[in-house]
Amino acid sequence: MSELNKMGLAEARDALRAGDTSSVELTDACLTAINSASALNAFVHHTGDLAMEQATAADKRIKAGDAPAMCGLPIGIKDLFCTKGVPSQAGSRILEGFLPQYESTVSQKLFDNGAVMLGKLNMDEFAMGSSNETSVYGSAVNPWRRSGEDTKLTPGGSSGGSAAAVAADLCLAATGTDTGGSIRQPAAFTGTVGIKPTYGRCSRWGVVAFASSLDQAGPMTKSVRDAAIMLEAMAGFDAKDSTSVDLAVPDFEAALTGDIRGKKIGIPREYRMDGMSHEIEKLWADGVTMLRDAGAEIVDISLPHTKYALPAYYVIAPAEASSNLARYDGVRYGHRAKMDHGDGITEMYEKTRAEGFGHEVQRRVMVGTYVLSAGFYDAYYNRARKVRTLIKKDFEDVFASGVDTILTPATPSAAFGLNEMAETDPVAMYLNDIFTVTVNLAGLPGIALPTGTSAQGLPLGLQLIGRPWEEAELLSTAYALERSAGFMAKAEKWW
Amino acid sequence: MSIDETKAARVAKLARIKVEPDALPALAQEFNTILGFIEQLNEVDVEGVEPMTSVTPQLLKKRDDVVRDGNQQAKVLANAPDAREGFFAVPKVVE
Repeated sequence: MSELNKMGLAEARDALRAGDTSSVELTDACLTAINSASALNAFVHHTGDLAMEQATAADKRIKAGDAPAMCGLPIGIKDLFCTKGVPSQAGSRILEGFLPQYESTVSQKLFDNGAVMLGKLNMDEFAMGSSNETSVYGSAVNPWRRSGEDTKLTPGGSSGGSAAAVAADLCLAATGTDTGGSIRQPAAFTGTVGIKPTYGRCSRWGVVAFASSLDQAGPMTKSVRDAAIMLEAMAGFDAKDSTSVDLAVPDFEAALTGDIRGKKIGIPREYRMDGMSHEIEKLWADGVTMLRDAGAEIVDISLPHTKYALPAYYVIAPAEASSNLARYDGVRYGHRAKMDHGDGITEMYEKTRAEGFGHEVQRRVMVGTYVLSAGFYDAYYNRARKVRTLIKKDFEDVFASGVDTILTPATPSAAFGLNEMAETDPVAMYLNDIFTVTVNLAGLPGIALPTGTSAQGLPLGLQLIGRPWEEAELLSTAYALERSAGFMAKAEKWW
Repeated sequence: MSIDETKAARVAKLARIKVEPDALPALAQEFNTILGFIEQLNEVDVEGVEPMTSVTPQLLKKRDDVVRDGNQQAKVLANAPDAREGFFAVPKVVE
């Protein structure tokens, strides 16, 4: 068998169970692909030895007839997950040298399921960014290029390394996390599938915190079926995360019927932004046609507070970040600045945080500090939390009216060039999350999948939004859309 | 609400991030851009709306009041930039 690394999870799982290949062979193929892909800068910490150990153990389990869904399947883990004894830096200088003494719940669940870890994946620093350009490791690079050009494009962010690695077949799948769109936007930019589950579905324990009320982990994969398989392995109640919800995890793969006859799909009019590109408009209209042809009923809906989602997010997320990132003080872990004679503990904190945090992280921590400070708490933070209540209610009203799933574009454009946004103000970069951020604020599940290509040959994705806890139905709808769209294109190898 | 250099310096101090004086004008400008964007929230009628505390309505689970782990001093200190005699070490705090 050649090019084993090009398989998805389902295909590889079936091949392993049939004895057509081994986890060691699969893992070896991925490690070879990773070694020749340094130009993509996707893997930033390599764990080849550990991977071969895990693969050998997985092969034994498979032989013994004990082969859970992910057994023997080589994946990448976003640098935001704490992995025991393996560098976990959240893409930040301030966590340089940090070796977790424990395993995050999600990565532990994957390992218990037999998954093999190839290494840690690049990301925006503390998941704050939409282009991977805020990473201390330098940006990951999108394997896709505009036709006839060699401009380096962003794989999106913050889970940019995960998206690039999956799209370039360096691994079969990867973990991502999503606070405002950090799984779905990179998936859309790289022609891969990414699902952010309902808030509380996956444990946040051991995932470096950015904005705790918004953060969720999820899989980034080559197909909707793979997303179903991997989400099931990642999800579930965890006593160590008080916001994880004690609900049974359904068999997501078994629910992939793709039968959406009679389902009501809502098209929110507020997502039809002024100046939306013709390409995205057409992609969206094509998606509507595909779902209608598959038997769904299409209805126009209104989510009146959509416009205020991004401003509310840019109060709430920095506020929570300023609190969460207060722990990086140069005392317990990570970087500590060299001190000058006479420096006290305050100078130590201030120098450590100035040296350890990059520009975007500093900016967000300070914005968060400001909106929480005395005199501004009510005007900014409390107001944003009230607007968040209204945004969630918009969705509740729509679901109460009988809508099952909502279809929107995933991003306002195809992947843009690295450095292309460098001269714009920070708000221009924030607009990348315009279609995804509402979903985090409302705690809903959302999935991005590729359904078309741009005039320049780049992948474009649509987003489906589901009711809380109904990932099974959401995945099945996505499966129907995936089948209709028939997106099969892959990036041409240049790296 | 406009942020000048003095206010920017105050926020940096509160956040315990050292910002050099020559970087303050640009920082104040960025704050103003972001806050200008956030000001849109003032258009929303939030009269009588409860601020969201939890996106998933749920009661926090209670656990039994028993010791579950501990005795992990070495692990707790393993990543400290400076640990001595079983403690985190920091510059002198009290003269």
